[in-house]
Amino acid sequence: MEEFASLKGKCALVTGAAGGIGAACAKKLMEAGASVMVTDVNVQQCEQVALALNEAGGTVFFDVHDVTSEADWERVVGATIAQCGGLDVLVNNAGIYIGGTLVENTLEQLNRINRVNIESIFLGMKNAAQAMKPGGVVGNGGSIINLSSVAGLIGVPGHTAYGSTKGAVRLYTKHAAVEFAALGYGIRVNSVHPGLIATDMGQLVLDDFVEIGLASDLAEAERMLLDMIPLSDLGKADDVANMVRFLASSASSYCTGAEFVVDGGMTAG
Amino acid sequence: MRVNEKVALVTGGGSGIGEAICIRLAEEGATVIVSDINEDNAARVATVIGGNAVAMQQDVTSEQRWNQIMTEIVDRHGQLDILVNNAGIAILGTAEDASLKDWRATQSVNLDAVFLGTREAIKVMKKSGGGSIINISSIEGIIGEPEVAAYNASKGGVRIFTKSAALHCAAQEYAIRVNSVHPGFIATPMVGEVVGGMSEADGTAFESRILASIPVGHMGDPRDIAHGVLFLASDESSYMTGSELVIDGGYTAR
Repeated sequence: MEEFASLKGKCALVTGAAGGIGAACAKKLMEAGASVMVTDVNVQQCEQVALALNEAGGTVFFDVHDVTSEADWERVVGATIAQCGGLDVLVNNAGIYIGGTLVENTLEQLNRINRVNIESIFLGMKNAAQAMKPGGVVGNGGSIINLSSVAGLIGVPGHTAYGSTKGAVRLYTKHAAVEFAALGYGIRVNSVHPGLIATDMGQLVLDDFVEIGLASDLAEAERMLLDMIPLSDLGKADDVANMVRFLASSASSYCTGAEFVVDGGMTAG
Repeated sequence: MRVNEKVALVTGGGSGIGEAICIRLAEEGATVIVSDINEDNAARVATVIGGNAVAMQQDVTSEQRWNQIMTEIVDRHGQLDILVNNAGIAILGTAEDASLKDWRATQSVNLDAVFLGTREAIKVMKKSGGGSIINISSIEGIIGEPEVAAYNASKGGVRIFTKSAALHCAAQEYAIRVNSVHPGFIATPMVGEVVGGMSEADGTAFESRILASIPVGHMGDPRDIAHGVLFLASDESSYMTGSELVIDGGYTAR
């Protein structure tokens, strides 16, 4: 019997792996048999993630990674191939949240979130695809998973800056998927759209609801957000990581250019 | 074992995508009830699976038969954890020339039956602590295809009915998740029949047009859909409800 969503012998790069969803993705990919490079701008915390996974029996490496830096991407992709022995999976997970209302947001804030959340997707797909495509240094094709958000699908107050970057990730994914398929690269590209997940970033969203005056305190902010979720609970980082693992594996080999929503029903109604 | 000791009913399980789903769920530990209007096909798949797989003849458009089958499943297995509403038909016909008879036959099998199955499964699942209902829609429930107007309408209905049922179950706190799967063009007997129903020249033209429209350049395999169904059936997707799993080789991304 074929083991479901196995990643034995595969090499994966996960960005933003010091944080909740990134660390959970690294763990699930490792458990499925992949050797994993975890990267983050916060290298100390990233090292802790790698240490814990290696103690659990994984083959996990770590590196410092500013995802807005082209030089960092070149170095990290090279290091992944050298240390893991290839590159089959890229999880473009690194991202930031900047809240606030549209009229109060500054152009500096917008430029910063666009760089971290959109330019990183471009640089990641570009550098990974160069290595994965036929004739590339690895040349075995692969699977690229871009983390978007439900905020890339629907409107949410306080999310104009963040949501517009995530909407860009959604379409960036489709264009890259169709182009890579047309050129016979053997590289699949899909987006994942988490709802509100219990992570540090999820907490920032709650704080922002109070900050911009939509809720009088954190308890009310949490009630408001839970009311938006039919399953009445925040998601877990593992819920997102399970989907990422499915998309990383050959179980999803006919999926490309598609969007995978893990949101407790938030966008169904 | 992703669905060990779960009881699964798969309609249209006697061939194509349904057959692949039955086999995949059984491989991962489920007790599978293979339902099909064609009793021989259902029996064949149950025999291929072996073990505790069961074949049942079912016309999914019959309300009475749904009641009988659910009673039989509860009597025999005590519960139902997974329902895959997979049975479906495709009849050629444009918005201008489709007959009302073909239109109604299509809605009856593809949409009415999904409603009946979902309704009856909710009644059973809510008593045993929840479950996962997976409705097989299609990319034809997301985008238009002029040759199959009735099929388009039925699959679009399945897509949004799924969300309605998902939200109902969530609001009632039934722990029943309802999601839809949207296969693209998959190499199955149904696609073969559609092409076979055309003249040879039309069939060849249709096939080459379809292949040229699939970014990855080939049709999918029934197992590609079975893997997606397995994911939705398992606890790994426990935060997903009212969601869509598109498995189409990039068809709707373009």
